[in-house]
Amino acid sequence: MKKVEIITRTFKLDDIKAALSEIGIKGMTVSEVKGFGRQGGHKEVYRGAEYQVDFVVKVKIEVVVEDARVADVIAAATKAARTGQVGDGKIFVLPVEEVVRIRTGETGDAAV
Amino acid sequence: MNAADTAFVLICSALVMFMTPGLGLFYGGMVRSKNVLATIMQSFIIVGLVSIVWAVAGYTLAFGKDVGGIIGGLDFLFLNGVGMDAAGGPVENIPHLAFMIFQCMFAVITPALITGAYAERMKFGGFLVFTTLWLLVVYCPMAHWVWGKGWMATMGALDFAGGAVVHMSSAAAALAATVVLGKRKGYGTSPFIPHNLPMTVLGAAILWFGWFGFNAGSALAADGFAVNAFVTTHLAAAAAALAWILMEKLHSGKATTLGAASGAVAGLVAITPAAGFVTAMPAILIGLGGGVFCYLGILLKGKLGYDDSLDVVGVHGVGGTWGAIATGLFASINKASGLFYGNPSQLWVQLASVAATWAFCFTASLILFKLVDATVGLRASAEEEERGLDLSQHNETGYQA
Repeated sequence: MKKVEIITRTFKLDDIKAALSEIGIKGMTVSEVKGFGRQGGHKEVYRGAEYQVDFVVKVKIEVVVEDARVADVIAAATKAARTGQVGDGKIFVLPVEEVVRIRTGETGDAAV
Repeated sequence: MNAADTAFVLICSALVMFMTPGLGLFYGGMVRSKNVLATIMQSFIIVGLVSIVWAVAGYTLAFGKDVGGIIGGLDFLFLNGVGMDAAGGPVENIPHLAFMIFQCMFAVITPALITGAYAERMKFGGFLVFTTLWLLVVYCPMAHWVWGKGWMATMGALDFAGGAVVHMSSAAAALAATVVLGKRKGYGTSPFIPHNLPMTVLGAAILWFGWFGFNAGSALAADGFAVNAFVTTHLAAAAAALAWILMEKLHSGKATTLGAASGAVAGLVAITPAAGFVTAMPAILIGLGGGVFCYLGILLKGKLGYDDSLDVVGVHGVGGTWGAIATGLFASINKASGLFYGNPSQLWVQLASVAATWAFCFTASLILFKLVDATVGLRASAEEEERGLDLSQHNETGYQA
């Protein structure tokens, strides 16, 4: 089992959700994060004082899937999220040791 | 006694009262979220603290029978002799109690203005002690000198609603605060960004609204001078908001919401001493000046490097000083006349009162800050400041996740 972490532009959330749903991924965890890579920040001005804000707000989507599905998830998410501009973000794939469905106690692939 | 005047002064008193929690919101939105409650609390609790101190002792020190032009006597201690009729009061048309409670709201908001300078690093206990002492030692004498038949009134200084008593005095104290308390941790290196500008704009709107009571009410009658003050107040605020955002557009590229709110307040400060002495068109010029000079004043803070967290000196100090001078230039009604209306001497009187106000209020405030610092302690510890005053001073969080 693997966790696929998709960090990308906030307005792409709905597109990604739809794209993942189309390949059968019905569950995900979403959080709002801040970060920067190559995309620069922006300037804010308050009472004449300029502040350079480096961090850009992004959305992080996490899905846990069986190993066999990882490639499909990456393909679907990339297609939905890509704009071609700096700031599209990154996808990370991490190994997951165990998954438990709390209601039933199922573990492993059955719980994903 | 006049029923219309009495009703009017009472309503104006309520309007001015509303300004102090409004100030809390204005300031609260500009600090970081970990300090929002502590900032609002300072303004809010001042309504309680100062009202009591004023009723018991402050009123008499300000408006009691004059002693040597310096201070009022103790004739009205515990509001003795301040009753439901006009007897003992400075005017015949409203009850003495009405005058007292109207003045109470001015006494309340003035020390609240100072909180903007030491925001985000003041201990609650030290703040309470300092505020009490400042009211009695600085505010009451100033009120007496200007409005209580003290020496500035005798000299002929014009201050319709408190350019000196309220704005320059609190700004001078603010400057003293920056000297004694020092800068916030991270000032100049970390970005300190306003956390809730919608709250700040709400606060500014409440201030503008309440200021009608502040200035028009200072006529102490529902008459033509009150109407004139209402109109000049409004036009000055309007002009200043426009002037400030114009300065922003020219200087940093975009007009901002914080700028519009700050500009309006700057205009309101500037018109305060002049509201009942100038007419509508000069009020617009005074407002424009307020917007421009206060904007420049705030830029100056950056260059001079002192940490007046919320620009009390830049807005109330510069605005109040400009307003006092502008009164000396543009006064034309209500038995007053300024330089542009054939009376150059008024300007000298205004300048003298400006100088005396800054000198006295800065020095006295500096001494009081040092005194409280040495005894009760003023500044929150580094750890308290880092954690945030809401938690460290009040065991509270402003926003639950």
